[in-house]
Amino acid sequence: MSSTHDPSTIGSALVKRGLADMLRGGVIMDVVNPEQARIAEDSGAVAVMALERVPSDIRRDGGVARMSDPEMIHEIQAAVTIPVMAKARIGHFAEAQILEALDVDYIDESEVLTPADEEHHIDKWAFTVPFVCGATNLGEALRRIGEGACLIRSKGEAGTGNVVEAVRHLRTINAQLRRLHSADASELFALAKDLQAPLALVQEVATTGKLPVPLFCAGGISTPADASLVLQLGAEAIFVGSGIFKSDDPERMAKAIVEAATHYRDAHVVAKVSTGLGAAMKGIETASLEQRLAERGW
Amino acid sequence: MPRVGVLALQGDVREHTSMLERVGADVVAVRTPDHLDDLDGLVLPGGESTTMAYLLTTSGLRPGLAKRIDDGLSVFGTCAGLILLAHEILDGRSDQWSFDVLPLSVRRNGYGRQISSFETNVDVKGVGEVRGVFIRAPKIETWSEELEILASHDHGDGDHPVLVRHETLWGCSFHPELTNDDRVHRLFVDAL
Repeated sequence: MSSTHDPSTIGSALVKRGLADMLRGGVIMDVVNPEQARIAEDSGAVAVMALERVPSDIRRDGGVARMSDPEMIHEIQAAVTIPVMAKARIGHFAEAQILEALDVDYIDESEVLTPADEEHHIDKWAFTVPFVCGATNLGEALRRIGEGACLIRSKGEAGTGNVVEAVRHLRTINAQLRRLHSADASELFALAKDLQAPLALVQEVATTGKLPVPLFCAGGISTPADASLVLQLGAEAIFVGSGIFKSDDPERMAKAIVEAATHYRDAHVVAKVSTGLGAAMKGIETASLEQRLAERGW
Repeated sequence: MPRVGVLALQGDVREHTSMLERVGADVVAVRTPDHLDDLDGLVLPGGESTTMAYLLTTSGLRPGLAKRIDDGLSVFGTCAGLILLAHEILDGRSDQWSFDVLPLSVRRNGYGRQISSFETNVDVKGVGEVRGVFIRAPKIETWSEELEILASHDHGDGDHPVLVRHETLWGCSFHPELTNDDRVHRLFVDAL
């Protein structure tokens, strides 16, 4: 097939999904300034997510949450050698264009920020920079992939320190993947309708039994044990937001979660790194939430 | 059947594992020092070199692996793996260490950030044309004359080596494991 390739291509699906492949097994940490970014890199983070406030502060402060100030993104890019991601509001393609112009390595079209469009997500095929999007179930994941997302993450309730929603999303996506994989070809039309997902992607997933892009976990991860849990449930890497820099000892927590992510099947290692860590972030019981972020996006 | 390890601390371990199995290797995921025993070869995968360097230290693998390399273990480093083998790292963290065994200097993200990541055809000596996938790829900036250059690429600033060999050590700027073409892995495994 090499004859169909251009001599040199940027922004191909292979190159975009490839960066997500390189992040597998790693921890992507939310940071709000260069000092936190350096702590993240020192602690073994595979990437940082640059944002003005971590999700728990966004919840507390209320108001409209938007893309970060470019100056802050530049400072973080200058502070670390690992990839720098940043968030755009759902549907806000102009914020995404700005982030692409700033040379960020991945854009998170994120429900943590206030959505800018109640009907349309960003057309992610129009960009050279790759996108990650959240999903609560397989249909949502495939809709995002249909729009050009190159990485899917669960959409656990950010800023709560409570992993229960992320677990629900991972279990739902995996159960639906198994259902599709065992379906007869003639059932896929109705299943695509039920999932509200593009038929071609449903057929592809039914054949392979897995998403065509990596699946990471985000939302509520606060301890090394949380990291081990979601990785054992099939997540390929994790995003940690408030869980690190809202804990008692962020550097130690960051290192412990990184080691737990690598050795997630070895309970002895996870036990060792969990010992004497100090308090994790306080957290919120999700049933008491007034605003569920996972309901943003569709 | 050669026994080949893949350093499985972080990165695209699965793709390398599947390629090595395709070309007939018995593959071991290497996470702890005892996993280094009885290996005929080892792949250092793509990923983040700073993360792998950190985890090589915390897992206790670093001294044992340094000794095995010194004793002549065949190692193939792709992307982050190339950085871990390089004599000198440019634009890295000021405290970034490497095994310092490939006689070359490598610039982290030398081909640019993600938006500049690209794929292109690369002519590999003894193999022919392969699709080279370069992702935030390290660029080999200077190299010793002893280095065997198996492939080069001109990205507008003259030829730079992208696949090299020095005795039992191999380094690659791109990701042969991300394509469906197993010929580069076959080259490495056949040489074991």
